[in-house]
Amino acid sequence: MNLIDIIDKEQLRSDHPPFGAGDTVRVHVKVVEGANERIQIFEGVVLRRMGGGVQENFTVRKMTQGVGVERTWPLNSPRIAKIEVVRHGKVRRARLYYLRERSGRAARIKERRR
Amino acid sequence: MAKGILGKKLGMTQIFSADGLLIPVTVIEAGPCTVVQKKTMEKDQYLAVQLGFGDRRERLFNKPERGHFDQAKVKPRRYLKEIRFNEGDDFADLSVGDSVDVSIFSEGEKVDVTATSKGKGFQGSIKRHNQSRGPKSHGSHYHRGVGSLNAVDPARVFKGRKLPGRMGGERVTTQNLEIVKVDQDRNLLLVKGSVPGVKGSLVIVRNAVKA
Repeated sequence: MNLIDIIDKEQLRSDHPPFGAGDTVRVHVKVVEGANERIQIFEGVVLRRMGGGVQENFTVRKMTQGVGVERTWPLNSPRIAKIEVVRHGKVRRARLYYLRERSGRAARIKERRR
Repeated sequence: MAKGILGKKLGMTQIFSADGLLIPVTVIEAGPCTVVQKKTMEKDQYLAVQLGFGDRRERLFNKPERGHFDQAKVKPRRYLKEIRFNEGDDFADLSVGDSVDVSIFSEGEKVDVTATSKGKGFQGSIKRHNQSRGPKSHGSHYHRGVGSLNAVDPARVFKGRKLPGRMGGERVTTQNLEIVKVDQDRNLLLVKGSVPGVKGSLVIVRNAVKA
């Protein structure tokens, strides 16, 4: 294996649970406020996972006071303290961009039972 | 503080900084280099160390080359380059046969990286000299050509006119790149941003002149 791949691999995190598009996750993000650091939770539906290796990132969408909010993080970022999967969703595609045009009952995702 | 090391460009990737930013880096396998010769003020009128780097099959060295390495009593190395320094630098203490490794650099330091750029072949003046293009339409008929060659009066074209031709494959230095990480165990330098040259090519990493 070449050294570039080894360097990439060293940075990958193995502590995240498996999750994908359609799942509802709770992302614990480290936020720096002045001198101190605290953890903020962002909960929503995973719209997509993109890329691979160190660059892999994911986007989470949630509704806040009627406004859709999307946030994207690198999956291996040290700024993410923890990712919890709240619910596995049953979806038929990898990129759920159609959710942006829907709201309320139309934006529901069926739960996947295993 | 003049110092430098020879290395091989391995390629690019990204690494996370302590505050969680993804930083683009070029990975350079640098050193260990051996000091093959020292240029002195008395003999050569300038100060430099000649560093050897890289391996090559023994029989590929010709007799004069072998003689040069035998004189220094070091193993023959593939590349030889001089790094100039000033009086009083750390490099002045090096003697023939010593080795130079990545530990001469530390994280956060600025460096200049010199290498031969990728060859681009025969290119037009827009790509080669950053000239502007003509209008695409409205009957222009002047699209990507070179502009005026000269004034009419001299009745010839002056030397140095920017025209299409071979591009790339020349010595290029990228200045003020930050060293993100120094990996002593694997002889690696991780430098922020891109570096000239193809993967596997020789690069010279020196301390930044403008830092």
